[in-house]
Amino acid sequence: MPSDNHVDGNAMGGLLMDAFGREMTDARGCCASCGSEHVMAELIVYRSGPGDVLRCPSCSTVLMVATPLPSGPRIYFSRLLWLAPKERA
Amino acid sequence: MARAALRGRLTWQVADLVDRIDETAQVRSLVLDVPDWPGHRPGQHVDVRLTADDGYQAERSYSIATPADGTRVTITVERIDDGEVSPYLVDELGVGDKLELRGPIGGYFVWQPSDGGPLFLAAGGSGLVPLMAMVRARIGGGGHVPVRLLVSSRSPDEVIYGGELGMIDTDQAGVEVIQTFTRAQPLGWSGYRRRVDREMLDDVAWPASDNPRCYVCGPTGFVEAVATALVELGHEPGNIRTERFGPTGG
Amino acid sequence: MGIVSRGFHGRARPAQEKLPPGQYLTEDFPVLSAGPTPRIVRDNWTFTITTETGTAHRWTWQELLAMPAEQPTVDLHCVTKWSKLHTGWTGVPLDAFLADVETAADYVMVDSHGGYTTNLPLEDVTGGKAWVAYAFGGEPLEPEHGGPARLLVPHLYFWKSAKWVSGLELRDEDEPGFWEGYGYKNYGDPWREQRYAGD
Repeated sequence: MPSDNHVDGNAMGGLLMDAFGREMTDARGCCASCGSEHVMAELIVYRSGPGDVLRCPSCSTVLMVATPLPSGPRIYFSRLLWLAPKERA
Repeated sequence: MARAALRGRLTWQVADLVDRIDETAQVRSLVLDVPDWPGHRPGQHVDVRLTADDGYQAERSYSIATPADGTRVTITVERIDDGEVSPYLVDELGVGDKLELRGPIGGYFVWQPSDGGPLFLAAGGSGLVPLMAMVRARIGGGGHVPVRLLVSSRSPDEVIYGGELGMIDTDQAGVEVIQTFTRAQPLGWSGYRRRVDREMLDDVAWPASDNPRCYVCGPTGFVEAVATALVELGHEPGNIRTERFGPTGG
Repeated sequence: MGIVSRGFHGRARPAQEKLPPGQYLTEDFPVLSAGPTPRIVRDNWTFTITTETGTAHRWTWQELLAMPAEQPTVDLHCVTKWSKLHTGWTGVPLDAFLADVETAADYVMVDSHGGYTTNLPLEDVTGGKAWVAYAFGGEPLEPEHGGPARLLVPHLYFWKSAKWVSGLELRDEDEPGFWEGYGYKNYGDPWREQRYAGD
């Protein structure tokens, strides 16, 4: 399969940390479409310009979209059913 | 105390460039001094922000190449020919200049010796940078986990940290380095001369039955091909951690 | 704002020609997508216009190529601030498709392979303002730029020029498409700098 112009959720680490106030690449999320669970770092990310589109690695459904508004990034929740930051020791 | 440390990671800090190291013709390491640096773990990265005098800003992420060392943070940058940021960092930024960054960032693509192993690392091109931080942590007195590092490069001239990799004494350091060259090979080379594939990984990686921790980093196509092959060889997906640098390798 | 990075200029270049506010000139053609690039075989390609009453009109690739094509030269303005001037395309005006379609609708929802959508007033894709474009610079449109065919609506921000277009739905009510639902302006006029929903 040809490789597409995408990266993964590691690249969103700074934006997510800024938005949630803690490390989020190891936070676990659930896809409302297919039910699979993945850590944020594993999401497939299209850095499309108007925004960053975070997709489920199992079914490609859009889970979140981060739009860089002038007032700062806004994270839209599309089909992310739940999000659970990693337990801290 | 923890909240102050977190605030530090979230805020943009000003670092001083204290040294530049030419790794290859296209790749340079930037040694930065970050006054309030809270420390970091191998595999983490920083976000770098550049501001032009008309206010235009550009941000990029760069992996940290070295284990934690007080206020010293070294990033390794590959110059992308039509890039907006990397030519500036590689060619323009000089010792004494300042660079804005925030971090460390990353909680998944990280490895510390206490995380255990055995450890299998697969690097495509500049994907070697975060994996080198792990290797340097291991060699610098970090436990006894056996490590195998597979490095895919186009040619010998393009191997980042090539000299250092060549000096690693496998028996002493517990780190074995295997290289493959996809376009041009060193004179007399009897090693791999092709892209990483399932057969190569079957030879080189720890067997799945050893339950190794695998980290794969580099261009998106490389990472996905290697991760898929490792799963086909029986490795648990949960044991494979990936970091994709995108089509151009970062 | 951060510290100024000595000697950093970014990609911005002064333009000889007037650009919409906030735009920078580029010579590249950045590839930006919200999802994986669909791989569509031309032989299987169809373009469907569905009216507000549910009537579907469909054209095949062969039919597309048989329609009178134009070679518009247009300026492209992306909401991410790059503008690319005098780009040459080959395509069939949307007017040619709509000539066969009876409708009283005011709005369209553009559909693409891969699920991308964008919405427009019908009057913004008629009167010579929009094309189904299948060649760029004289060459068949590549998949990464929206091939086999994309919508081209150059008077609005380029996110409205949906790649991998598969059809239009004619609608009585306006409804936001992909980016319009994620913070971007419903209309998107670059000359009035209508980037975000609040503009």
